[in-house]
Amino acid sequence: MAIRVVKVARPEKMSFGESVYLLEIVKGLGVTMRHFLRNMARQENIPTIEYPEVRRVMPARFRGCHRLMKRPGGAPRCVACYMCATACPAKCITIVAGESPDPKIEKYPVRFDIDMLRCVFCGQCVEACPVDAIRMDTGWYTMPENTREKLIYTIDMLLEK
Amino acid sequence: MPTFTINGMTASVPDGTMILEAARQIGIEIPHYCYHPKLSIAGNCRMCLVEVEKFPKLQISCNTVVTEGMVVRTDTEKVRKAVTGVLELMLIHHPIDCPICDQAGECGLQNYYMKFGLHKSRYALEEKVHKKKVQDIGGQIVLDAERCILCSRCVRFLREVTGTCEMEFFSRSDHSEISIFPGRPLNNNYTGNLADICPVGALTNKDFRFKCRVWFLKSADSICPGCANGCNVMADFKGDILYRFRPRRNDAVNRTWLCDAGRLEYKKANDYRLLTPVIREAGQAIAAAWDAALFTTALRLREAIEAHGPESVAVIASPQSSNEELFLVRKLAAEVVRTPYLGFSSLTPGRRLEDDFLIKADKNPNSQGARLLGITEEGFVRTVKAISEGRIRALLVFGSGLADFSDGETVALLSRVPFVAQVATNEGALSRAAHAVLPSASFAERGGTFTNFAGRVQRFQPGFPPRGKAKNDIEVIAGLANQLGAGWKFAGEESVFRALAETARPFSGMSYESIGDLGREARDGGPPSGGR
Repeated sequence: MAIRVVKVARPEKMSFGESVYLLEIVKGLGVTMRHFLRNMARQENIPTIEYPEVRRVMPARFRGCHRLMKRPGGAPRCVACYMCATACPAKCITIVAGESPDPKIEKYPVRFDIDMLRCVFCGQCVEACPVDAIRMDTGWYTMPENTREKLIYTIDMLLEK
Repeated sequence: MPTFTINGMTASVPDGTMILEAARQIGIEIPHYCYHPKLSIAGNCRMCLVEVEKFPKLQISCNTVVTEGMVVRTDTEKVRKAVTGVLELMLIHHPIDCPICDQAGECGLQNYYMKFGLHKSRYALEEKVHKKKVQDIGGQIVLDAERCILCSRCVRFLREVTGTCEMEFFSRSDHSEISIFPGRPLNNNYTGNLADICPVGALTNKDFRFKCRVWFLKSADSICPGCANGCNVMADFKGDILYRFRPRRNDAVNRTWLCDAGRLEYKKANDYRLLTPVIREAGQAIAAAWDAALFTTALRLREAIEAHGPESVAVIASPQSSNEELFLVRKLAAEVVRTPYLGFSSLTPGRRLEDDFLIKADKNPNSQGARLLGITEEGFVRTVKAISEGRIRALLVFGSGLADFSDGETVALLSRVPFVAQVATNEGALSRAAHAVLPSASFAERGGTFTNFAGRVQRFQPGFPPRGKAKNDIEVIAGLANQLGAGWKFAGEESVFRALAETARPFSGMSYESIGDLGREARDGGPPSGGR
């Protein structure tokens, strides 16, 4: 069943029957009942989807939650250059850089936090990254949480995605 | 005074001025790497090429003296092409690791590439000659040989300024690099300057390494509070955290240099801060509101004055305070409390290193200011004597410590006073023993003037508002005086300085305008008699 919008104009003046509403309520319930019975009979055409078990197909350029990429060895690809934090219009990225224990890597992010409540999903961080370490291709919206702290994604969470 | 023309502009400059310096004076920027105003001229980077009429070839402006009637052009196609070529040559083996380079944002290569280069590299990254990165060469410096453009500023600095000659060029052509001699790390007190003078990211500062990207930093013109020399610095901060000191050029004081110890002085404004007023009663420390803390302090001072006379109250000033604050402290002691016990000590705990260049043995920025305002070290000795004899009933101390006393000595001395109030920025034995602690703003959070060892009055500017509940010293002193019924109306350090200039002879005729950015000698300044 295709979803469509039907515009119903309000009547200039309601008749006596309409202004009592009794009949109208029954008529309205009738519409509901008709849809209910139709959906019971032909289940495959229900427009509602059961998120998150069933998910809509997103366009290729949809910007979802961030993830951080890894090097072949598993270390973060990020070099803590602060380009994303500089480009971010919402100032939601907090980085603390440090000297890497791996002698082949000089600088790495000790902390890399994204405050998802502040993020505006503009994708500037992805554009700014010189080493393709941050991407927004997980296809996920921000997960609902019950505290603000849980919505500050840390480096471990971002590397796992 | 030869007169010459540059880009159609005519100017007269003193005899012997080089084109580059002359151009800078009239606001024309000529790109350069190896030239530094305080080092000898090497002329090896070839970035400062300019066209001089009647010369068959382009000339390096850093080493060409301006002569009468000379016609110079810096804006022709020929110059631009030559400079672009030189820059491309320098970038051939550059690793382009800007994302991890601390110099990014204030790098000579980045700036000039955007202005003159914008070329595609003709060298693949794999073909570049690689050299050793991240070498700890001693002092405050990390060397990355790959990023070096061989301008020789560091080599000349160590030869001409410190005279220690730790660095030299090694190898030839593509493989030539700067380095220290094997097993002989940098060994002088001025290594931090190498990171400043390096125009690229080859020499970077270990302390600042990876701490902050430079484009986030704002800067306030300040004075190093580390010793009596009063080196001019730029205090770089982000939010309310100081990240580093960089020397600010002042030919009369520090030229363009800063010592290593002074470079780390910024940490005082970040760590171990007193941030909220504390009242300590019966051994119990209670965080108090400012009004309550000032009221209690004033009450206890007044009680002591009324019960035992003004001689029972002592005031110890701090040579870390500005001239303005010391002026108010003196006024408070002389006019409000009327105590004969006022003094300061220029001594500090620890080794008091000194040399004949920038480092002075007196580790306070304003001992000379205190002396010029008539606050004496002899007064401090008298005060300490009176305290140990138990004659002092209430003591008002400025500063984080007492002279060069150890923690134990400080506590033992203060235990002889029934009420100690402290106005200070940093915590210590004194703040743990004091009965009232009034937190004051750090040097980066307030403005004022310091008088250096030679009597030069120099301004330092506030960078950001005081942290936590700390307050400007002027507000604290005036608040205390007003609680004692003085009725002072000072608003900001400038109004205090005006009053100071009117009454204190060494500062007469001075104003913030006449001090300017570089400072001015106080009258009867002169080197201290016994300070060194």
